[in-house]
Amino acid sequence: MRLDYIVRRLVLFVIVVWAAATLNFFLPRLSGKDPIRDKLIQQAAAGGYVHTGIQQMVEEYEQKFGLDRPLWVQYLTYLGDVARLDFGYSIANYPRTVMGIMADSIPWTVGLLLTTTLLAFVIGSILGALLAWPRSPRFVQYLFPPLLTLSAIPYFLLGLCLIYLFAFRLKLFPLFGGYTPGTFPALTLNFALDVLKHSILPALSILLASLGFWALGMRGMMVTVEGEDYMTFAEAAGLKSSTLFFTYAIRNALLPQTTSLGLALGHVLSGALLVEVIFSYPGIGTTLYHAIRQFDYFLIQGIVFTIVLGVTLATLVLDLIYPLLDPRITYQRA
Amino acid sequence: MLRYMRRNRSLVVGLCLLLLVLLFAGLGRLLWDTSLAAPLSAPPNRPPSWEHPLGTDRQGRDLLAVMIVGTPLTLYIGLLAGFIGVAIGTVLALTSAYYGGVVDSVIRGLVDVGLTIPTLLVLILLAVSVRSSLSVSQMALVVASLSWLWPTRTIRSQVLSIKERAYIQVARLSGASNRQIIFFEIMPNLLPYLAATFVGAVGAAILASIGLEVIGLGPIEANTLGMTIYWVTYYAALLHGMWWWFMPPVVIIIMVFVGLFAISAGLDELANPRTRRGV
Repeated sequence: MRLDYIVRRLVLFVIVVWAAATLNFFLPRLSGKDPIRDKLIQQAAAGGYVHTGIQQMVEEYEQKFGLDRPLWVQYLTYLGDVARLDFGYSIANYPRTVMGIMADSIPWTVGLLLTTTLLAFVIGSILGALLAWPRSPRFVQYLFPPLLTLSAIPYFLLGLCLIYLFAFRLKLFPLFGGYTPGTFPALTLNFALDVLKHSILPALSILLASLGFWALGMRGMMVTVEGEDYMTFAEAAGLKSSTLFFTYAIRNALLPQTTSLGLALGHVLSGALLVEVIFSYPGIGTTLYHAIRQFDYFLIQGIVFTIVLGVTLATLVLDLIYPLLDPRITYQRA
Repeated sequence: MLRYMRRNRSLVVGLCLLLLVLLFAGLGRLLWDTSLAAPLSAPPNRPPSWEHPLGTDRQGRDLLAVMIVGTPLTLYIGLLAGFIGVAIGTVLALTSAYYGGVVDSVIRGLVDVGLTIPTLLVLILLAVSVRSSLSVSQMALVVASLSWLWPTRTIRSQVLSIKERAYIQVARLSGASNRQIIFFEIMPNLLPYLAATFVGAVGAAILASIGLEVIGLGPIEANTLGMTIYWVTYYAALLHGMWWWFMPPVVIIIMVFVGLFAISAGLDELANPRTRRGV
């Protein structure tokens, strides 16, 4: 039974990754455009070269990149490359590989996302629990409508408002970037503080906009848990209110809440990519933005595939952890 | 009806917000010269004044005119993509839930795989592939290509629960055909859910379209709200403190989203009488 679940989950993972790779391969080819020819002609036009040699150059490159072989051979080669996480070279910054460019920006995104998602999860869940708890202070109830409203707003719009208010008007935080231009990334205290200062506003915009989601889910779970018999029993046994709240109510309401973590991941990530663009934060979203502006095809493909891989992998890990976290889940065959 | 509306506050708030946005776009078109939304039709970079109540942007567009033209365009993308999404979703969900078997497994598998992949990324890939000349309608179609996934899943589970109710069995016993059961027994009971799903799908479609536009894949010639935000980041309007450039689209988009959110919460209450507030 357990093994069955794990196998099914792994199969889904492989299918999703394969589907992403296949989309990545076929979508651009459906449009009938030729990125290499486009790029060469564009460069030739920019440099004012004579256009005579272009046809030969295109053929030369197509041979080099294997674009003259039959489609299915290209497809298999592509799948093989992707399996080794080899996405080729960036067209716009030629000698650099796609993998190298991504390796620079991924740590920024992962750092920002990991902290904000965890913080939003913890704070949102506690708020949600307090909202449903009859003995919590009165002011908590007033927090709910604004939180809900914030959760309906896209992250990056909140980001725009925060930049204007806190960075431009009040000058409390830097306007853009991940660190002060001119400094070099190094493992020093000063640099770490600089990074922290730059990441507060982007983090805040993700945090504020996603708190409501967690609070809403937790509130629903708490209401269900409060109606359970064991809560009435524990209360009748004369347990302290805080024991009731933390060990009886929260502990049981929190577990289903972790399920939403996996579901929310893709959504949070899409939002965070755009927040990065708004803040020019040096993460993968900004890299994607520049890749789109320069029409750097291989880089766009590499980023899309890597993010899909990351999200799917994280979902897989979460799905495999739930049964360990929550003994009530057995995952029987439906 | 009116008495119910008074109780369902979030539905009323949502409808009012959207009505306000529509009123702005509708009246604006009558009262203001929308040809000023074209670039170079006004002096650039002007803060709000009597001549240009919302100021002008770097390319010499009058921002009030841009908002009047752009709001319906953004709503149109959302409505079209949302409608296509719910229409396809309903058909797939009904076939999947009602007939079951292999069809159900295939559709469910597709939806499971599709929902695991972050939508925005696939849309980016798609938009990059057809980029050459993306019009507003094509933009809506690109967004619609994935907007059926979520409706399919939610409607399917709803149909599954309706399917088991007693009146369906009565209909079947009295000799109703599959088509009769689907159209005369299931559909009428599904309508409130469809309405709620539609509102959600429109919101998701607008969010996706604005996301695509902000990242630079929108219809360059059109003055949608998302494109205005794209130009704001493109020309770094924030660094110049041009608040009048980005505040109007932000306010309108927030009104639309909060409105849609409130309506869907209100419809949810309408569809699930159990969560309705007591009188």
